[in-house]
Amino acid sequence: MAMNAEMQAQQATKQEATESGVEQTRDRRVFVPRVDIYESGDDLIVVADMPGVDENNVDITLEQDRLTIVGRVDPVAPNGYTLAYAEYAEGDYRRTFTLSNEIDRDHIEATMSNGVLRLRLPKAAPAKARKIAVKAA
Amino acid sequence: MLTRPFWGYTSPWQEMNRLQREINRLFSDLSQGMVSTAPAYPAVNVWTNQEGVVVTAELPGINPDDLNISVLGNVLTLSGKREPEAIQEGGKVHRRERGYGQFTRSIQLPFDVDANKVEATYKNGVLTVTLPRLEEEKPKKIAVKAA
Repeated sequence: MAMNAEMQAQQATKQEATESGVEQTRDRRVFVPRVDIYESGDDLIVVADMPGVDENNVDITLEQDRLTIVGRVDPVAPNGYTLAYAEYAEGDYRRTFTLSNEIDRDHIEATMSNGVLRLRLPKAAPAKARKIAVKAA
Repeated sequence: MLTRPFWGYTSPWQEMNRLQREINRLFSDLSQGMVSTAPAYPAVNVWTNQEGVVVTAELPGINPDDLNISVLGNVLTLSGKREPEAIQEGGKVHRRERGYGQFTRSIQLPFDVDANKVEATYKNGVLTVTLPRLEEEKPKKIAVKAA
């Protein structure tokens, strides 16, 4: 089985979310999506692998500095077939990040294609120093 | 496990025997899966019925044009590649967990399939390959005649 060394090194089995402090309301396994995070110019880019999630089933919330991404999976079960052999389990995705930079939350862009979520988080302009005039009483 | 002091043993033969036992134990651990190997990529689920097989695989972020699917007899081969995230000059990488590169995987199916009728769809990063069983391979019901 030929495989690129990098692929081999980085592809382990899907990691199941262990403790999130949040109770699930759906009887579904929850996985931690693999992500790449990088800075590109004035943007912070978050790329997450969430196979099986379409653009309507993804929720992104930013609360204080906590960015949470949730993807819900519609299970693929071919009609009339029974599962004979399984190497991966299907489930939802959830992951929370703490962002160190102040993010301009009005201009966050998210796109979803081929099971990959791509978030563009522009950094807010640094708060301008304001001079406060002292009035004579 | 091999750091026990030598002087605890009365003869070198005993030490040799101990070493032999350690080695045997090490090899039996190996065969029991103590040493983990990288899992095959992509992970697949296989669904079957009388008519054929459906193979699903999670392959997020792949250009469908870069996916090659071939069937020979009862062996399905999936291959393709995923490009790494292009990071512009001066960009700072905080985290890189997503794998990239080339992959090839062959899966042996429980029966020969009709290569001409194989269909594959790629949706939301999940590949679904439907492989109908070869007509002459399908089980036939044999009627029992009264003698």
